[in-house]
Amino acid sequence: MTATAYLSQVLQVAVALALAPILVGWINQCRAWLQGRRAPPLMLPYRTLRKLFVKDAVIATNASPVFRLAPYVVFGAMCCAAAIVPSLATDLPFARAADAIALVGLFALARVFIALAAMDIGTAFGSMGARREMFVGFLAEPALLMVLFTASLISGSTSLPAIVDALAHRDFGIYPSLAFAGVAFTMVSLAENARIPVDNPATHLELTMIHEAMVLEYSARHLALIEWSAALKLFNYSCIGLALFLPFGIADGSDWRALVGAAPLLIAKLAAGGAALALIETLSAKLRIFRAPEFLGTAFLLAVLGMLVNLLLGS
Amino acid sequence: MRADALPLLAAAIAAWLAIGALGLVRPLAFAFVSRLLFPLGALVALLVAGIALLATAEPVATLVLPLGLPDLPFHLRLDPLSAFFLALLGAATCAVSLFSTDYFRPSEGTAPGLVAFQYHVFVASMATVLIADDAYLFMVAWEAMALASYFLVITEHRIAAIRDAGFLYLFIAHIGAIAILLTFGVLQGGSGDYTFDGMRAARLQGAWPSLGFLLALVGFGAKAGLLPLHVWLPEAHPAAPSPVSALMSGVMLKTAIYALLRVTFDLLHAVVWWWGVVVLVVGLLTALFGVVFAAAQTDMKRLLAYSSMENIGIIAAGVGLAILFRAHDKTLLAAIALTAVLYHCLNHAMFKTLLFLATGAVLHATRERSLGRLGGLIRRMPWVAWLALVGTLAIAGLPPLNGFVSEWLLLQAFLFTPSLPQSFVNMLVPLAAGALVLAVALAAYVMVKFYGVVFLGRPRDPDLAHAHDAGRYERVALAGLAAACVLLGVLPTFVIGVIDRVNTMLVGAAVIRPGVSSWLLLAPIDAQRASYSPLVMLAVVVAVVVLAIQVVHRLYHGRVRTTGAWNCGSPEPTPRMQDSAEGFGQPIRQVFEPFFRMTRELPSAFDAEPRYRVTIDDPFRYWLYRPIARVMEKLAGYLGLIQHGRISAYLALSFATLIVLLFFVR
Repeated sequence: MTATAYLSQVLQVAVALALAPILVGWINQCRAWLQGRRAPPLMLPYRTLRKLFVKDAVIATNASPVFRLAPYVVFGAMCCAAAIVPSLATDLPFARAADAIALVGLFALARVFIALAAMDIGTAFGSMGARREMFVGFLAEPALLMVLFTASLISGSTSLPAIVDALAHRDFGIYPSLAFAGVAFTMVSLAENARIPVDNPATHLELTMIHEAMVLEYSARHLALIEWSAALKLFNYSCIGLALFLPFGIADGSDWRALVGAAPLLIAKLAAGGAALALIETLSAKLRIFRAPEFLGTAFLLAVLGMLVNLLLGS
Repeated sequence: MRADALPLLAAAIAAWLAIGALGLVRPLAFAFVSRLLFPLGALVALLVAGIALLATAEPVATLVLPLGLPDLPFHLRLDPLSAFFLALLGAATCAVSLFSTDYFRPSEGTAPGLVAFQYHVFVASMATVLIADDAYLFMVAWEAMALASYFLVITEHRIAAIRDAGFLYLFIAHIGAIAILLTFGVLQGGSGDYTFDGMRAARLQGAWPSLGFLLALVGFGAKAGLLPLHVWLPEAHPAAPSPVSALMSGVMLKTAIYALLRVTFDLLHAVVWWWGVVVLVVGLLTALFGVVFAAAQTDMKRLLAYSSMENIGIIAAGVGLAILFRAHDKTLLAAIALTAVLYHCLNHAMFKTLLFLATGAVLHATRERSLGRLGGLIRRMPWVAWLALVGTLAIAGLPPLNGFVSEWLLLQAFLFTPSLPQSFVNMLVPLAAGALVLAVALAAYVMVKFYGVVFLGRPRDPDLAHAHDAGRYERVALAGLAAACVLLGVLPTFVIGVIDRVNTMLVGAAVIRPGVSSWLLLAPIDAQRASYSPLVMLAVVVAVVVLAIQVVHRLYHGRVRTTGAWNCGSPEPTPRMQDSAEGFGQPIRQVFEPFFRMTRELPSAFDAEPRYRVTIDDPFRYWLYRPIARVMEKLAGYLGLIQHGRISAYLALSFATLIVLLFFVR
C-alpha cells in the first residue's frame, strides 16, 4: 500500500460526493431536452441541498429515533460503498475490507433502514412505500449479486478492484457472459435507483410512487441527506456499470499521473451514461407495480444465465 | 482440570436434572421456581458454554458410565464437534433460562414446578444427545428430548389448538425416530456393535452407506424441519411458551444438524457425492418455501417459525455443499462450506433466540401476538425494541452483523466451486447460488415486515398504550444475545478459529491460515480472491455517521420542530390505515401465488358488514399428508374387521402369528 493508494481512496470518495448531485442534475437536464422542455440548471441539486440544510427540520410527533438516525445510516452506507466501487483507480486499500458481496450488503442495509424509517411514522403512504421498496429490492438484490458473481468468475475474485483490474488491465477479451450480465445490470440499476420503468423520480402521484412515498415525512437536513444518498447510490451504480462493462482508462494506482488521466475520462463516461439513462427513461413508460416482478425476474434470469454461460463456456 | 471437561459436562447435565427434580418437589411454589431454579439453570448453562468452548481445543475424550441396562453402559465422547454444539447450547440456554426467570407466570396452564422440570429435562437431554457415543444412549436422549419438548409445547393444554399442534409434533418426531433407529441399524453393518466407534470402523459396502445416509436425512430432517417433514414446525413453535419456542428453534433444530453432521461426516465419512446434491436441493427448497410462507404470516411467532425453516434450509444447503466437496476431496472448500454451516448454526441460535424472546416480552406486555393488533411498541418498550432491532438486522443478513458473515462464507463456497466431474452439478451450482441469494433477499423483506409492524408505526390498538417494557432479567438476556450478534458479526476470525477445530476433525482442513487471514481481515482462500473485514467496515460507517451529524450540526444547525405527520396533507383518521401484516405480505402472496393454497373471501358491494378474509394453507398438508392420512384411515378400517373385542379371537390371532413367525425363523 502506497501513499498514492490512500490518496486515490480519499480522492475517490470526495469525487463521488461532489459529482453525485451534478450527475443527477445532468440527467434531469438531458431528460428535459429530450422531452422538449426547458432544462433546469445543472447545479440545481446543489442549491436544493443547501436550501434543505438551512431549513428547520420538521418531524412528526411520534417519530422514534430510528426515523432520525436512518438518513445518517443510509448516507454512511453510501459513502462506504463509494469507497469500494472503483471509479478512478483500482488500488483501493479500503476495498480489502469489503468485497462485492459486502457491497450488495451495504445497499441492503441502506434499503432496510430507509424502509424501517418509512414505517416509523405510521402513515399509509410510508408503509406502502416501504412495502414496495422491499418488494422491488428482493428481486433486484439477487440479480445484482448474480451480475457481480458473473464478473467475479472471470477474474476469480470477489474483490471489486481485482475484478475491474482483471477486466481493464489483464484479460482483454469478449465475454458472452458479460453481455447477459450487462443487460441484467442495466435493468437492475433502473429499478434500484427508482427510475422509469419501475419508479418515477419526478412523480408525486400517490399511487405510483415508491421511493418518494418512503421519504414523504422527511424534511430539511434529513431530506437533504436522503437526496444526497440517492444521488450517491445512482453514482455508485453508474460506476459499477462503467467499471464492469467499460473499464478502460481506470488508473491501476501505480502512479498519480494515471489518476489525473482517469478523472476526465470518468466524467466523460458518466456524462454519456447519464444521457443514455435519460434516453431510456424518455423512451419507456412506467410499469404497473405488479409488472415489476416480470421485469426484475427477467433481469435475475439473465444474470443467472450469464453465470451459467460463464461456467459452461469458461468465458 | 484440562482432561476433566467431559466429567464436568456430565455433572452439569446431572445438575440440570437435579434442578428439574427440585421443581417437582414444590410444583406450585412460583417464586421458588422462577427466582431460584431458572437462575440456577442459567448458571449451569453458562458453565457448560465456558467448559465446552475450552474443550474444543482439547483432544477427544471418552467416558463409559455404568448406567443403563446391565450389558449396555452409556458411552460418552467429547470431541470438537460436540464441544462446539455444546457451547452453542450453553450460550443460548443461559439467555433463555435468565429470560424465563421473569417470564413464566403463576396462572398459566401447567404448574410452574412441572414446567421447570420439563424444561431442565429438555435441556439436559439435548446436551446428552451431543455427547452420546453409542446409539442406545443417543436414542434415549433423543426421545427424552422429544417428549420433554412435547410436554413443554402443550404447556397451555387447555386450548384445543395447542393440543393438536403438540400431537402433530409428537407424531412427526416419531416418524423421525423410526428412521433414526433404522439408520443405526444400517450403520452397525451387521456387527451388532452399537457404539459409534464400531460404526466408524464398520466400512459399509455397496448401497448400505447411501441407505444409511438417506434414513438419517429423513430422521434428522424431520427434527430440523426440512421439506416435506416440516409441517409440525410452524404449528409447534407458536403453540409453545416463548422461551420454549426460543430453545426449540435456537437449539433443538441444531441438534438435528449436529446429528446429521455426526452421521454423515464422522460415521459415514461423507464419501458419495450425490448425497451432497440431495441435501443441497432439499435445503434450498426448504429455505425458499420457509421464507415465502414467512412473508405471508400474520402471527409473529408463526412468522419466526417459518423463518427458522428458511435458516435451517440455508444451513442444510451448506451441509450439502460440504458433502459434495468432501466427496471430491476439495478439503479447503469443504472446510469453508462447513464453516458457513457451523457459523450459521451459531448465528441462528443467537438471533432467533433473541427474536423469540422479544416476541415473548411483547406477548406479555400486550397479550397479543397477531401482528394486526400491534404497532408502535418502540415507544412503549424501547429496550425490547432496540435489542430486537439488532436481531432483525442480523437475521436479515446485513453487514456488519453476524448473519452476513455466514452467508458471505457460503456464497464464497458457491463462487469458488471448481469444475466438478459431474457436469450437471456444475450447472446446478449457479442455480443454487441464485436460489440462495433469493432466499436471503426475501428474508430481509420478511424481517422488515416483522419489525416494522410490531415495533414501528402507530399502535393499531388503543390497549397498547398500557404495554410495559421487559423486566430486568429479560433485558439482561436480550442484551446478552444482541451483544453476541454484534460480536459474532465483527470478529469473525476468532469465531472461525474455534470452528476450524471442528473443520480439522471432520474434513481435515482449516479456513484460517496464518499469513492469509489476520485478526482483522477474513480471507478464506487468499486475500486476492476475497476478503472481508467487518470491524473496519463498521468503523468507517460509524465514522461517516458521526462526522455527518457533527458537520451538519456545526455548519448549519440542529433545530427540530415536531408536529403531526404530514402524509401529503391528508391526516389519517385511524392507525388501521397503516399496512397490516396481510397488506405488507400481499405482493409476495401475489408473486408466489402457485406456492400457496389460498382461499379468499371477498366482500361484495352489497354486504352490510364487508369482510375480506384470506386463508393460506400449506400445500404439503393438502397434497401429501391428506392422501396418506386417507390411505391409513382406510387400512385401519380393514384392520377393524378383525377387531371384535373378544379375547379368544385375539389369542387365536396371536397364536397364528407366532406359528407363522416360528416357521420363518426356522
